[in-house]
Amino acid sequence: MKIIIRNSKDLYAGILFIFFGVFSVAIGRNYPMGTASRMGPGYFPFILGSILALLGFIVSARALWVGSDRIKPWVFRPLILVLLAVLAFAILLQRLGLVLATIALVVISCLSGWEFRLLEVAILSLVLAALAVGIFAYGLGMPLNIWPF
Amino acid sequence: MDLFNNLILGFSVCLTPVNLLYCFLGVALGTLIGVLPGIGPTATIGMLLPITFKLSPVTALIMLAGIYYGAQYGGSTTSILINLPGEASSVVTCLDGYAMARKGRAGPALAIAALGSFFAGCVATLIITMFAPPLAEFALKFGSAEYFSMMVLGLIAAVVLAHGSLLKAIAMVFLGLLLGLVGTDVNSGIRRFDFGISDLSDGIGFVAVAMGLFGYAEIIANLELKGKRAVITTDVHGLMPTRADLKASWKAVLRGTGLGAMLGILPGGGAVVSSFASYTLEKRVAADPSRFGKGAIEGVAGPESANNAAAQTSFIPLLTLGLPSNAVMALMLGAMTIHGIAPGPQVMNERPELFWSLITSMWIGNVMLVVLNLPLIGIWVRLLTVPYRLLFPAILLFCCIGVYSLNNSPFDVVLTAVFGLLGYIFIKVDCEPAPLLLGFILGPMMEEHLRRAMLLSRGDPTVFFTRPISLAMLVVSAFLLLLIIAPTIRRKREEAFQE
Repeated sequence: MKIIIRNSKDLYAGILFIFFGVFSVAIGRNYPMGTASRMGPGYFPFILGSILALLGFIVSARALWVGSDRIKPWVFRPLILVLLAVLAFAILLQRLGLVLATIALVVISCLSGWEFRLLEVAILSLVLAALAVGIFAYGLGMPLNIWPF
Repeated sequence: MDLFNNLILGFSVCLTPVNLLYCFLGVALGTLIGVLPGIGPTATIGMLLPITFKLSPVTALIMLAGIYYGAQYGGSTTSILINLPGEASSVVTCLDGYAMARKGRAGPALAIAALGSFFAGCVATLIITMFAPPLAEFALKFGSAEYFSMMVLGLIAAVVLAHGSLLKAIAMVFLGLLLGLVGTDVNSGIRRFDFGISDLSDGIGFVAVAMGLFGYAEIIANLELKGKRAVITTDVHGLMPTRADLKASWKAVLRGTGLGAMLGILPGGGAVVSSFASYTLEKRVAADPSRFGKGAIEGVAGPESANNAAAQTSFIPLLTLGLPSNAVMALMLGAMTIHGIAPGPQVMNERPELFWSLITSMWIGNVMLVVLNLPLIGIWVRLLTVPYRLLFPAILLFCCIGVYSLNNSPFDVVLTAVFGLLGYIFIKVDCEPAPLLLGFILGPMMEEHLRRAMLLSRGDPTVFFTRPISLAMLVVSAFLLLLIIAPTIRRKREEAFQE
């Protein structure tokens, strides 16, 4: 028998909830439960996780019958590049300083757009690096490395 | 008179040059992000939070509040001129505002939106002044059971008023509550869900959650659209509405203000819901509903007044109960905590200067906004010509630096990326992130009050039903849930959100 998924949005949402629910119950088992009058650190997470998993089950089960809301195709390019830009900034900031981290963030994130004009990106990254140094390092006096040395 | 003295106190604090300056900065920034689609008040406030560290708490809150209600003004500008809502709360303004602009009446539409907002802002300020003190007085009597039930009510109301599937919204609340529990348990000292990562021992920073879910996810989703941007075709000339315009819209402004002020106070309410509700109401009471969508000025006046009124009255539950009613208020709560203020009924007595100056600053901010928005409209419109491909790296950069500087921790920046991914998945599967953020903020508080209430009652769960205030709140929660499940109302709700 072939199961036709009519509502893939809800199906995936439900699976996501089940995952988080089961996950937190599984991990939460390691914490003492306590009693109703003296709740341990495991009590509230257990209740929340079980309800979440149950809700997830209902959401995904309903998706097999009700509605017809198909998930839109994933576009990976902006997703990956934007997140990569953020991660690069996180890794580079303390090692290479604000200026280079900013340039890395701007260049990588600009690759995720649909137009990449080299000159424009170069100017943008320099302007933003100057702004970031001016506003945050000097203006607000935040403890940020500016250069790698 | 007490009220009078309080207002004097408020004005005396917020009329100092520093506070005036930051109030102005706040509303100007709010207008800016209101005009720019793709960045909302939630992400902006999160982004600017670290910058407010150096300010006094009063100044910081005045500025952050200005961003929120300023965004309500700015959002309407783009809705009217290019049919592109800058803010979710001005989506409905597109319908009749843009229709008016196409008929060459952009000027009066903008003017009525600004004037309606101004009127609503003034009334809402008065309402806060009158209702906040008695409510705080009342809330001082609350015990843990009451607080727990109130949070249940708040979360349920948030779910009921959110759009989209009710079940998914409830699940998002639970997921948020769970995420809020990450970190060291205050009672036992046990570190929960930290996966051995020491950076997680203090829990997940709410700014990282908010910025990832609202900021990054939105940027990624916008980039998918290949950056199509409408071009402004309408000239703005003749700002002044005619006498007929005023006559047609003053009642709509009044109704919008009333409705918005009411919905703003409710937990889960706020600017977005009230603008939709007001549009529906205007259409219903109109003698000729068919005019709507074709440039009816009431369709601009009502929702624009409503969203501004709601943006301001949504401060009431935060300031009196310490309960955030929407995502932006959740951030304001975080801002207060960072500045060492525990939000709740005691704020009004312990920090009267903070409370009253925040409220009076809203009135002053509204005056500034009218000036900013009407004569200077041309400047804001020109900003729209900045292409998104130049804008989003800047937004991304400021978000990163903002999150980093909260704790000087690169790990927090990594966390925003994780939540950005999660937020993008939520967009794909149609789950509203706002209930999650609300649950996230309330999670630790709820657990604490649940534990305390159960400890005091020696493990007897009926304590939530035997204390009258607590019972009343649970009954209202149940009633709200029943309402939404009842088929007729459900249909109406879907209707309202579809318009």
